[in-house]
Amino acid sequence: MAQTTYVPVAGDFELIADHDITTDKNFASQSYWKGVAIHFFRNRRAVVGLVLVLAIILLAILGPVVSPYAYDQIIRDPANEAVVAKGIAPPGAQEGPFAGQLFLFGTDDLGRDLWTRTWQGARISLIIAFVTIFIDMIIGMSYGLISGYFGGMVDNIMQRVVEVANSVPRLVIVSVLAIFMPKGMGLVIVALLLTEWIGMSKIARAEMLKMKEQEYVLASRTLGARSMHIIFKQILPNTIGPIITQMMFSIPTAIFTEAFLSFVGVGIVLPQCSIGSLIESGFNNITTLPYQILPPIIVLALQMLGFNFIGDGFREALAPKLEDM
Amino acid sequence: MQMKNDRTILQINDLDISFKTSAGTIHAIRGVNIDLQKGETVAIVGESGSGKSVTMKAAVGLLDSNAIVNSGQILYRYVDDNGAEQVVDLLSMPKKQLRNTINGKHIAMVFQDPMTSLDPTMTIGKQIMEGILLHKDTNKQAAYDRALELLNLVGITHAEARMKNYPHQLSGGMRQRVVIAIALASDPDILICDEPTTALDVTIQARILELIKDIQRRLKLSVIYITHDLGVVAKVADYVNVMYAGKIIEVGNVNEIFYEPKHPYTWGLLAAMPDLETDDDRLVSIPGSPPNLLHEPKGDAFASRNAFALVIDEKAEPPLFQVSETHYAATWLLHPDAPKVEMPPELKARIARAQKEAEEYL
Amino acid sequence: MAKYILKRVGLALLTLFIIIFVLFVLVRIMPGNPFPSERMSADQIANKRAEMGLDDPILVQFGRYFVNLLHGDFGKGTSLYYGAPINTVLSTCISNSFRIGGLAILEGAAVGLLLGITAALNKGRFLDSFCTVFSILGVCVPGYVFLIFLQYFFSYRIPFFPYFFDPNRFMFSAILPSLSLSLFTMSTVARFTRNEMVEVMDSDYVRLAESKGMTGSLLVRRHILRNALIPIVTVLGPLIVDLLTGALVVEKIYGINGIGKLMVDAIAGEGVDYNYVLALGILYSALYIGIMLVVDILYGVIDPRIRVASSGEGD
Repeated sequence: MAQTTYVPVAGDFELIADHDITTDKNFASQSYWKGVAIHFFRNRRAVVGLVLVLAIILLAILGPVVSPYAYDQIIRDPANEAVVAKGIAPPGAQEGPFAGQLFLFGTDDLGRDLWTRTWQGARISLIIAFVTIFIDMIIGMSYGLISGYFGGMVDNIMQRVVEVANSVPRLVIVSVLAIFMPKGMGLVIVALLLTEWIGMSKIARAEMLKMKEQEYVLASRTLGARSMHIIFKQILPNTIGPIITQMMFSIPTAIFTEAFLSFVGVGIVLPQCSIGSLIESGFNNITTLPYQILPPIIVLALQMLGFNFIGDGFREALAPKLEDM
Repeated sequence: MQMKNDRTILQINDLDISFKTSAGTIHAIRGVNIDLQKGETVAIVGESGSGKSVTMKAAVGLLDSNAIVNSGQILYRYVDDNGAEQVVDLLSMPKKQLRNTINGKHIAMVFQDPMTSLDPTMTIGKQIMEGILLHKDTNKQAAYDRALELLNLVGITHAEARMKNYPHQLSGGMRQRVVIAIALASDPDILICDEPTTALDVTIQARILELIKDIQRRLKLSVIYITHDLGVVAKVADYVNVMYAGKIIEVGNVNEIFYEPKHPYTWGLLAAMPDLETDDDRLVSIPGSPPNLLHEPKGDAFASRNAFALVIDEKAEPPLFQVSETHYAATWLLHPDAPKVEMPPELKARIARAQKEAEEYL
Repeated sequence: MAKYILKRVGLALLTLFIIIFVLFVLVRIMPGNPFPSERMSADQIANKRAEMGLDDPILVQFGRYFVNLLHGDFGKGTSLYYGAPINTVLSTCISNSFRIGGLAILEGAAVGLLLGITAALNKGRFLDSFCTVFSILGVCVPGYVFLIFLQYFFSYRIPFFPYFFDPNRFMFSAILPSLSLSLFTMSTVARFTRNEMVEVMDSDYVRLAESKGMTGSLLVRRHILRNALIPIVTVLGPLIVDLLTGALVVEKIYGINGIGKLMVDAIAGEGVDYNYVLALGILYSALYIGIMLVVDILYGVIDPRIRVASSGEGD
């Protein structure tokens, strides 16, 4: 090999003065979360997911704002009150009062701008998803942490409740709710609230059980820390990783459920719109305006993709495989 | 293909292996040479990540799919089914041929963790018989009898009843005995033991080592131990290869390595080994961690952790300097121009103590 | 083993009983008119209530309902349109839904397994990437969206398949809905199989088998498939449950007279009354619990680690 031909020069054979061997160059100064972030951003899919989700959130915020039309505005010719635009390239768009205006996604069967409606719908879907998942996280985590922390009888009873609650299909809950609740966003949110917390509570409980016997918790217990203090100050920070992962997988579920309920007709009521109700009206008009169903479906799919990728990336970043050494 | 001498059964020449990972290419094995003589025991010692397992996985064709063999040969001498002596290069042999002619039949492996190295969905009897049926032209009954015999050989009682057990019904030590039985199923000549006792309780460790030693004597096997535990090495090995960052940095017979180590890394390893006399606070560990082989180390890979590092260590990689007929070490300290550096006095005292004990014991 | 199964069955029945009770009480004490779709005078309503025993104490009502339920009788609907015995309506619906759902599961599991195995054996190559893309697509787009497209292209633009479900040509008209229903199962099973197999292929026991000299299809069949497929049973349960949900929209879109469509009507409050909601709720919960139970027991039967441990033979 080439390097064996190195010819020593004078001074080579001296001990290196004040040679510092105490610092570990490989593993020094890399905090846990920094490591997670490095792994996450090295994952191409996770980054794609993040970009997708951020782009959709941005468009959902800005889309309806920059649009000259309101999401429920039926675009009429000011002169004769006729609905001018109804199609992918509405007749009014080339000449007349709307010449030069852009209907990027076309207009729907009633002559409303689809671009505005799609992003308005995405906004509603995202709001529903984030609100429910956030509340579910709080409920689920508190439930799971308390159940796991106290153990024994408390845990036993609380877990039996979870078991029963987990055995009721979401559909059944929705159908019972639909008897006495008005249709709309509220119904969707309550339906999600009642089902999604279970997964979170299971994770929180499992983490709690794992953590409970560890030394630092025992230590603060012997020092006289109160139960609630231990749960929320000591253990909460350690459960955050798996909980965020679970959230990233719960959000798509919420979006899916919203779309499903709105499609079935118990979700968002007109003239409000969500991804699900947009898909439904697209479906109703598929033979006449087939393009109308595309924007909400594509947005739905991209949302799902994005959140799933982020969830996967996060899970892998929290427990990196050995191959990265 | 030529072997160094007639007694050599396995000879690894200049093995060089990289792994492609998402983070880049890891140069894991950087020119390794190891010889194994018939009937002898060679140990490969090193920290995790030093490449000791990879080296032996290459010999049995179990490298992960992202491994790239840059160069090298693994020559193996055996007597084929027709009674003719063959020398083959295991590295260049197609995988299928390797599985059919070498694996199990001539070279067998014992893995580190007996909890995970047995198929959980298959009875242990079936798992032992599988290897026999695969390589030997026998019927089921003969294979069954042979499996029973093997279970007895590895010291499992009530063998007949055990044949029907699933792995999870056995204790860790028992499982490792089963793994050894599987390895012995079709009379190999080389047994590669990859950390065979690391996952076991201390009391069981000793018994498993005794068992392997005993079987080696009876069946005239050549054994390669891969381990990070110098205690194991002292008990079983004839020759020791110390590996660091993908290279062999010191090689010698067991007395040379334990009583006259030359490489500062070997000093560190020996000093880190607990014994009865040393107080806890005098137990030294080697500072730092092995280099990240994603980046090719410049000069001596150990330099940054070496208290006795020389200026040249950061410029050029040391060659293997010969100490005795069998003893070599790759450190610039052995260069004639190097300053005289002695091993740390604590270690010297320990070695003297150990030597005295060994003499009394004999 | 028998003790284990008995215990699981007992627990499942207990859970079901609690759910039936809670559902019953909820539906009965809920505010609102139990006769939604009719115009009736206060007198008529009072009469009808008395006739149906709605004025008895709730526990008495529950006792009566539960005894009937044990005889397999869901009672009658309260509204005019759905006034017929619920059993009659349900039996047609169940038959349609189960046949299409069963088909969907078969298609999904079979194709998914095949795809997953192929991908794992060709890890890192084209087929693997194809499988990944396919399973991502199947997870990100709901099955009913596929049905909308299939219906549009293959029943409307190219009128090959019937536009709506036709019970007289069952198999032919079941193709589109069962296929779109199966997509989620298919992609999940494919992804799961692939990942399980890759993990098993990387396990020590497969390495040991290889070091014994096992290769090729023998290695795959004896060691890899068996170990990889056991955990798949666990996802199959939830998948079937998801399929039940998916069937709702699919049946609505394709005009299939099934329990899903009935459920949609119940949820949307389109003339379907309390008793239907109750009956469907019980049916769905029973199905759900039943599937989970079967999966649980099946897992115990095929995995020796659970099978043998629970029979108390280990040492």
